[in-house]
Amino acid sequence: MIAALTVAERQRAIAISAALALCGLAMAIAGRDDLFGVHGVIVLLFGLGLIGLVMSQYFAPEPSEERLTRYYDDPTRVGIVLSLGWAVVGMFFGVWVAALLAWPDLTFDAAWASFGRIRPVHTSGVIFGFGGNALIATSFHVLQRTTRARLPDQFSPWFVLIGYNLFCVLAASGYFMGITQSKEYAEPEWYADLWLVIVWVTYFLLYIRTLQRRKEPHIYVANWYYMAFILVVAVLHIVNNLAVPVSFGEAKSYSLFSGVQDAMTQWWYGHNAVAFFLTSGFLGMMYYYLPKRAGRPIFSYRLSIISFWGITFMYMWAGSHHLHYTALPQWVQTLGMTFSVVLLVPSWASAGNALATLNGAWGKVRDDATLRFMMVAAVFYGLSTFEGSFMAIRAVNSLSHYTDWTIGHVHAGALGWVAMITFGSLYALVPWMWKVERMYSPKLIEVHFWLALSGTIIYVFAMWNSGIIQGLMWRTYNDSGTLAYSFIDSVVAMHPYYIARTVGGLLFLLGAIVASYNVWMTIRMSRSQAAAGAGDIDLPVLRGAGATLQAGE
Amino acid sequence: MDVDHHSLVGFAKSWGLFYLVAMAIGVLIYALWPSNRKRFDRAKTSIFDKDDRPGD
Repeated sequence: MIAALTVAERQRAIAISAALALCGLAMAIAGRDDLFGVHGVIVLLFGLGLIGLVMSQYFAPEPSEERLTRYYDDPTRVGIVLSLGWAVVGMFFGVWVAALLAWPDLTFDAAWASFGRIRPVHTSGVIFGFGGNALIATSFHVLQRTTRARLPDQFSPWFVLIGYNLFCVLAASGYFMGITQSKEYAEPEWYADLWLVIVWVTYFLLYIRTLQRRKEPHIYVANWYYMAFILVVAVLHIVNNLAVPVSFGEAKSYSLFSGVQDAMTQWWYGHNAVAFFLTSGFLGMMYYYLPKRAGRPIFSYRLSIISFWGITFMYMWAGSHHLHYTALPQWVQTLGMTFSVVLLVPSWASAGNALATLNGAWGKVRDDATLRFMMVAAVFYGLSTFEGSFMAIRAVNSLSHYTDWTIGHVHAGALGWVAMITFGSLYALVPWMWKVERMYSPKLIEVHFWLALSGTIIYVFAMWNSGIIQGLMWRTYNDSGTLAYSFIDSVVAMHPYYIARTVGGLLFLLGAIVASYNVWMTIRMSRSQAAAGAGDIDLPVLRGAGATLQAGE
Repeated sequence: MDVDHHSLVGFAKSWGLFYLVAMAIGVLIYALWPSNRKRFDRAKTSIFDKDDRPGD
């Protein structure tokens, strides 16, 4: 990995890591007894660890010019491993936080294990840790293949990937300590936000620089989706996190917005995070890996362009449906509702396009669990976008809002669509990346598929049931015109569903563990094959071994 | 010029409709323009390129 970097790139890596470590030191000193100082120490250790990593192979021979005739895939490989690591961690906390609702004693009286702290560890762990790393890893792969251009340099992809993971570490560790901005999906405090801006701008520039070097005349549609993901997330992140820290030595900051403006900005961010992080980027994945795996070009390329711009134009306006029946002006609520309903058109265009691509390859879908993951993802994408449009309607929202129905909807999207398309894409990508014929065990992919699907179905049905019961109990009046049920009655009624959702989540977690094992064994299989095939001079490990032999002689 | 809340809302409520419709028409023209078909057909099959190396 490091041996593949040129000496200049190794030096740059050390310089940037040292600057990072110094920032950490400054934060630790400025923070004193504030939690800011703890994060300073984490940044310091992270920077020092990176320096150690580069130093460990600093004197390895420089890579040959021959590397420029191949794509640069090391960051993708590391990104895949990180993504699966975060998947297991994030989903483990998801199961724990679900279990907390059924059995509240599972906090074990520890502050860090309280619901309000481990819930964001779950959400950020799966969305940013698992989803984000998978997006970064696959985007580097798709970008290079579809433009037929190598990444412009070998340093910035690492900066993006490792810098992004530092952000994830700061986020998760902060939640445990109680550092939060209390904004959904934007919990990390100002210094972590600033760091993410730097990382994200580098990511965008890397994308643009590679596109500039492209050898294909047309920019393939998957890149448009990835670019929308990168660009819009940058805009959303910067605007929603405009805040003034109490001081430069404290973690706490205050948002620039207040009252209903703050709520609107937050849900403009929150809904577009769903749109551009959890939809756009993963559609990019789908538009590359699904046709590739099925061996059939996308059904209608024109439709993919139309639905791209449809999603990009319209999602921006849908956020206010999160604020029905609030102080937000009625016309803004109606605007959000209308755009949400119209959004069904481009969403179903994408889902339909994916399924029509598979038309004629159903035999493959039956035999190949990897392709089946992608097919089920497209179905769930269609289902959850329909449900989302429906729930955004004010009258429906009056029943569904603040209930578990919302949680069910989110997980139909997150488990059924986002995670399924990711696992499908990773199963397709891993053998290509580690240069093996196939995954270690196709049977385990099959096991994972059924665990994931049954887990999703159990989870979603449990939440649909409990959400609607909850909603109805909260709005049932008796003859004297007062509420028929107290709040605690509805909590008691939820108990069996909370147990069911924990089971569903547990099945999904088991699937992710099976996937991680399968990927790990595939990597080991690749290594043992490489060791066996001594004639293969294409592998840097062997070249290194040859060099030491010569030195010994 | 000072833009107050009401004029901004008025602008958004009236012209917002027109520019979104205009952008939609623009996209439809681009996607359905007959001479773009060749380019799109090439693009959608280009991902099946067997040679996994950067182009020259």
